[in-house]
Amino acid sequence: MGNHTADRLEGPQGPKPQRKISPSSIVLYGTLAVVCLYYLLPLYVMVVTSLKGMPEIRLGQIFAPPVEITFEPWVKAWSGECTAFSCNGLNQGFWNSVRILVPSVVISIAVASVSGYALANWRFKGSEVFFTILIFGAFIPLQVMIYPIVIVLRETGGFIADITGTDFRLMGSIWGLVIVHTVFGMPILTLLFRNYFVSLPEELIKAARIDGAGFWGIFFQILMPMSVPIFAVALILQITGIWNDFLFGVIYTNPETYPMTVQLNNLVNSVQGVKEYNVNMAATLLTGLLPLTIYFLSGRLFVRGIAAGAVKG
Amino acid sequence: MTYSVEIKSLDLKFGSFNVLKDLDLDIHDGEFLVLLGSSGCGKSTLLNCIAGLLEVSEGQIFINNRNVTWEEPSKRGIGMVFQSYALYPQMTVEGNLSFGLRQAGLPKDEVRRRVGEAAEILQITDLMKRKPSALSGGQRQRVAIGRALVRDVDVFLFDEPLSNLDAKLRANLRVELKRLHQSLKNTMIYVTHDQVEAMTLADRIAIMKDGFIQQLATPDEIYNRPVNKYVAGFIGSPSMNFLDGKLSDDLLVVGETKIDLTDYVFSSAQRRSDVFVGIRPEHVAFGEQISDAMLMIDANVDLYEPMGADTLVWTTLNGAPFHFRVDGQAKISRGQTVKIGLNPKQISLFDRETELRL
Repeated sequence: MGNHTADRLEGPQGPKPQRKISPSSIVLYGTLAVVCLYYLLPLYVMVVTSLKGMPEIRLGQIFAPPVEITFEPWVKAWSGECTAFSCNGLNQGFWNSVRILVPSVVISIAVASVSGYALANWRFKGSEVFFTILIFGAFIPLQVMIYPIVIVLRETGGFIADITGTDFRLMGSIWGLVIVHTVFGMPILTLLFRNYFVSLPEELIKAARIDGAGFWGIFFQILMPMSVPIFAVALILQITGIWNDFLFGVIYTNPETYPMTVQLNNLVNSVQGVKEYNVNMAATLLTGLLPLTIYFLSGRLFVRGIAAGAVKG
Repeated sequence: MTYSVEIKSLDLKFGSFNVLKDLDLDIHDGEFLVLLGSSGCGKSTLLNCIAGLLEVSEGQIFINNRNVTWEEPSKRGIGMVFQSYALYPQMTVEGNLSFGLRQAGLPKDEVRRRVGEAAEILQITDLMKRKPSALSGGQRQRVAIGRALVRDVDVFLFDEPLSNLDAKLRANLRVELKRLHQSLKNTMIYVTHDQVEAMTLADRIAIMKDGFIQQLATPDEIYNRPVNKYVAGFIGSPSMNFLDGKLSDDLLVVGETKIDLTDYVFSSAQRRSDVFVGIRPEHVAFGEQISDAMLMIDANVDLYEPMGADTLVWTTLNGAPFHFRVDGQAKISRGQTVKIGLNPKQISLFDRETELRL
């Protein structure tokens, strides 16, 4: 004991001791554990089942780990399983989905970011009205638009075919679906970008204008490098949304161009023969693999984006 | 006489609201002009109009005898420094300084030369590879000034450049800005709400209120001969005392006191009987400063605020609060009756109705 401690009075001193386990931490971690279990258990069952052979599945022990690990269901789901129309597995659907996803995501984010930027920083007469209408678009139920869009796609495709003299069509093709995804992504994405750009300091754009940068110069050289987080958010939103879409896929395409989700549905719900649970599980996991990967990758990108965009010191 | 910047009957409307009304302003070559006013007076708006960042509703703007009313900001021959610095966060200091030059498509070694020169002047050569987030407030503002400097323009615009800095740094950068102006001799237009900045930096100050320029004059003129009661009250800290008075010929009556006005220089021939008498707290003589030429008044000390170098004393004169400044070493106590002296030369008289200087 040092000398100076002699001056102190009895009672608490120094840092207050922390209790290791408190009622609040029990509740917190307990809830988290239950929620984790609730979400992870189905995933566990799926992974385990997809690695079992059919005889093992028939034993009915869904929680038991596989005795003999087999990847055959995964191979079959990818390339050999019969859907209602063909026996190529899901890979056809996967590539269809990719061909739908890439242009839809690129076009919708490109158009929405530029229009969000224009609405935020280059106000024009009626821009507020335009913005209100756009936001209103986000609240119109999809169902009322389905049939009108069928007509619009059919007629537009026919018109283009007529003037080009080809058998071009939008209805039932990948490009028709790309247009639909782009249009439906527009309200929410534009809102997202506009609100982000509005939050950036206005003086930054003034400074860039004095430095001689124009509409595109400011967008590409000043704003875009600062907006990595919001582009990441838009990317996650669009990729998962479009990949998981079933309704538009089944309506606006035809069997050759069905996206993966529609093919998955056909595969799982086909009624001939034995239900191959292991193949169904593998097919479902395959379909969910992309959104899952995106979440893991973009989570990191997201954090880095926020750190890079830090303006204040 | 050629002017660096000329503004001719400028109007600016936001919807139906007139922010600037029929505003005329001529700024000499190499002049340091400060636009001073409280927030919402239109001073920043005027600066943005000169920069071309706001479109004018009516009127013309000339820079270097060239009509730039419809020109893009980058084509006007101006550089601008903002309150929030507005540095591009993802670029290094070097990138920030050279951005404008690269936009203009200048050759690489010319860009390097100009950026190097500006960095030399502002002493930021060591910071060239850093990002703005790794700089202190003062360093950021230097970079922002540098960005205007490299453009090699004739007119610099400052929009409250020191307001985000702490008091000590603000005082330092103020002196540096003045030095910079003395060596560069560019025209500078500087917006601020800080009267100390305005008084110390300006060749001329334009005091604005409600979109009008109230007075455009040298700091000395504005301080000693404010044109109206608003300007008189706005400039000077602590602010000017105003007493009710009655004027008859060369005699001013304040309550029971009579002041002889033979030494007062009248601005207008008009003599109204009801006036405001403006007296600056620092123009009140106390103790040994009192001379025979002054008018002597007895006052009772209600309150005093010692501030080190000087002490602010609050009294009641003629039923109205009256404050004056005395030396910090003077002995003052509450309730004490003190003798103070007024010099008729140093007072200001304003018409009670129009509030204009008499």
